[in-house]
Amino acid sequence: MSSVLYDVPGPRAVLRHRVLGVVTVLVVLAIVAFLVWRLAATGQFAAQKWEAFTYTSVWAQVGLAMLRTLAAFAAAAVGALVLGFVLALGRMSAHAWIRWPATVVIEVLRAIPVLVLMFLLYYGLPVVGIRMEPYWAVVIALVAYNGSVLAEVVRAGVESLPRGQSEAGYALGLRKTGVMRLILLPQAVRAMMPVIIAQLVVTLKDTALGYIITYQELLWYAKYLGTQSSIGSPIIPATIVVGAIYIGLCLLLSLVATLVERRLRRSGRVAAVAAAAQPTQEVTDTELLATQRTGSPDR
Amino acid sequence: MGVIADNLDLWRDALLGTLILFLAGGALALVLGTIVGAMRVSPVPIARGVGAFYVGTVRNTPLTLVFFAFSFALPPLLGLRLTDGVSLALGVCALGVYTATYVAETIRSGVNTVPVGQAEAARALGLTFGQVMSLVVLPQAFRSVIPPMMSVLIALLKNTTVAAGFSIMNLGSVRSYLSERGENAFVVILWVMAVFVALVLLLSWAQRSLENRWRVAR
Repeated sequence: MSSVLYDVPGPRAVLRHRVLGVVTVLVVLAIVAFLVWRLAATGQFAAQKWEAFTYTSVWAQVGLAMLRTLAAFAAAAVGALVLGFVLALGRMSAHAWIRWPATVVIEVLRAIPVLVLMFLLYYGLPVVGIRMEPYWAVVIALVAYNGSVLAEVVRAGVESLPRGQSEAGYALGLRKTGVMRLILLPQAVRAMMPVIIAQLVVTLKDTALGYIITYQELLWYAKYLGTQSSIGSPIIPATIVVGAIYIGLCLLLSLVATLVERRLRRSGRVAAVAAAAQPTQEVTDTELLATQRTGSPDR
Repeated sequence: MGVIADNLDLWRDALLGTLILFLAGGALALVLGTIVGAMRVSPVPIARGVGAFYVGTVRNTPLTLVFFAFSFALPPLLGLRLTDGVSLALGVCALGVYTATYVAETIRSGVNTVPVGQAEAARALGLTFGQVMSLVVLPQAFRSVIPPMMSVLIALLKNTTVAAGFSIMNLGSVRSYLSERGENAFVVILWVMAVFVALVLLLSWAQRSLENRWRVAR
């Protein structure tokens, strides 16, 4: 395999690489050994610290907390997808009085930290007489932020399509709605599917922010369990267990994104669009013509 | 304006906290991320594997969980006494460790945008490894890394607010302090939002002007 950074290694380079490999292994082992030593020194391997996780009721509570995390994620994901399409259509509208408000909303929502948005909904709005459950504060804040990000993703997808696509649609006699609904959006969504799923992973990760506004999800339960002195305050075991669950959930969703990306890359048509969508690689006219003629760019 | 003028001391501390988290966290993320990014494009398979494992795991961990581990699980593990300074340092570490994965990915994809032919041509001219890197590959990679790196830094700036949940003073925690002084929480949070929108717009403006100046003509 050829790389920009290095040539095929000769005998001295091979030796150097082996030495570097050994050094890497040693550094990683040192970090792991240090952590294990601290865990052992502070008695984290004692049976008492893990006793909590031998109770069925604790695991039932962990399950419930996980369901609450997933409930917030599901509602936020659906809402963000809907809002994303609405805002994207608004931003691409031909009417300035729709386009400008949509643009401002997208830019402002993307600039505000999700947590501050949650604070506004949960601590700010009661001042003006609107009270809501932490669940709704989490869901609405996640919908607003991820919806505005997804709007930009959809718009980038549509704009990455060759102009001939919409021109052909208009030539067939379709109206603006028809061109968007039948020609542009299906292709844009297919090309952008990996990015859309990656944004859903971000949504899942951000449900953990609900812990800070007392939404009783997994982290909240880990903190609750970790401060129970009757079972020896097992904060470290609780962090390990809950962390493993969170990482597992996100890895599953990321895996879906990778699988979708791999499938898309196999079908040539979308790959051409996705390649054109890479922001750092601008397509020249010649490449565009080549793409339209053969179906895949020559690179 | 009363909310700000009457509580200047708090707003100053909060802004300072956010800036420390942003600058120190950013510096840590850039250093750690460059190391991990270099490992991911290195010719040593083990280093590539370790880098990929680190990025794959931490990128799939919620930032709140990283903060949780650093603020609650690490102090008893290392026997740290929690003072303001220690909490701040732990917060900086959490942000740095989390953001480093994004920095690493940005560097990796930046290096990958340089066409292989560039390095092959440089090697054919007889340039040494150091010359290939410093004269041909890295200048081009650097230019295509800058705009996405600014996006990573903007995300980092917004992520500093998560520290508010772990008793570290920053713009995100102004609300709880000002509520104790009897200020209107709604107005306070609107001001915090305004500050963030202004800061993010400033960074995006910098990003756009850098992008225009350093675009690679290819």
